[in-house]
Amino acid sequence: MEDNLVFEYVVSREDFTRAGEASADVKKKLKALGVPSGVVRRVSIALYEGEINMVVHAYGGNITVEITSDKIIMLLKDKGPGIPDVEKAMQEGFSTASDSVRALGFGAGMGLPNMKKCSDRMDISTTIGVGTEIKMEVDL
Amino acid sequence: MKISEIVDLLDAECLTGTDMLEKEVKTACGSDMMSDVLAFAKDNAVLMTGLCNPQVIRTAEMLDTPCVIFVRSKRPTQAMIDMAEEREIVVLATNHRMFSTCGILFQAGLTGGEK
Ligand SMILES: Nc1ncnc2c1ncn2[C@@H]1O[C@H](COP(=O)(O)OP(=O)(O)OP(=O)(O)O)[C@@H](O)[C@H]1O
Ligand SMILES: [Mg+2]
Repeated sequence: MEDNLVFEYVVSREDFTRAGEASADVKKKLKALGVPSGVVRRVSIALYEGEINMVVHAYGGNITVEITSDKIIMLLKDKGPGIPDVEKAMQEGFSTASDSVRALGFGAGMGLPNMKKCSDRMDISTTIGVGTEIKMEVDL
Repeated sequence: MKISEIVDLLDAECLTGTDMLEKEVKTACGSDMMSDVLAFAKDNAVLMTGLCNPQVIRTAEMLDTPCVIFVRSKRPTQAMIDMAEEREIVVLATNHRMFSTCGILFQAGLTGGEK
């Protein structure tokens, strides 16, 4: 397992214009590694949606991406309000985004369902008032 | 259709990527909500939007979008244009509004890419 590549990122909520930098870096690295383009696309979209959520719905956090011989594992951990009803949050169109978030082009309630669609496995654990942890895996 | 044809059809200004106008595109996606674009845009689709912030370029980057069109006279900042240039994304600006932009390009043969 020591052959696994691991990349770590800190996601800051300070600057919305920088949200997505971690996802962009992962995309670049996967491309350079010769990962098939379909996988790169799914990982990029899923991670980017997750990273945006960490900035607009929580107070930032950490992203870890691990590449093993047969899959890509993404772990997104934020400090934030948590998600009170995960089942509801997973529905297309459900969003609690404020008008200011909508003005930035997000808040359609499409992020989480799209993350699920793009990944082979997705797991959410969340604690109200503490934060949310999302694990996604995409098979190679 | 070549991106150069889009420039002509929309009477658009090319803000970066003048050397990439010969690229071929087949599909397009128009929205001001980036998560809609991320959910529905097909591979290689042109992105039309009235939203004007760096996440538009970021979204285009994630989707390998060859060309972004800012509609209804939205003007991206120099920082956004630089970001697009670095990522080899063509940036166009047109005075047409979203509906007209979509209509003109659809009539000329671009599709949404749905089956
Ligand atoms: N990291 C998070 N922390 C707290 N709440 C979250 C988090 N991620 C999502 N949510 C909640 O789940 C809802 C649905 O999330 P989802 O990403 O599907 O849509 P959205 O972010 O509101 O809009 P979009 O993703 O389309 O821009 C959010 O509106 C928010 O209430
Ligand atoms: Mg979201």
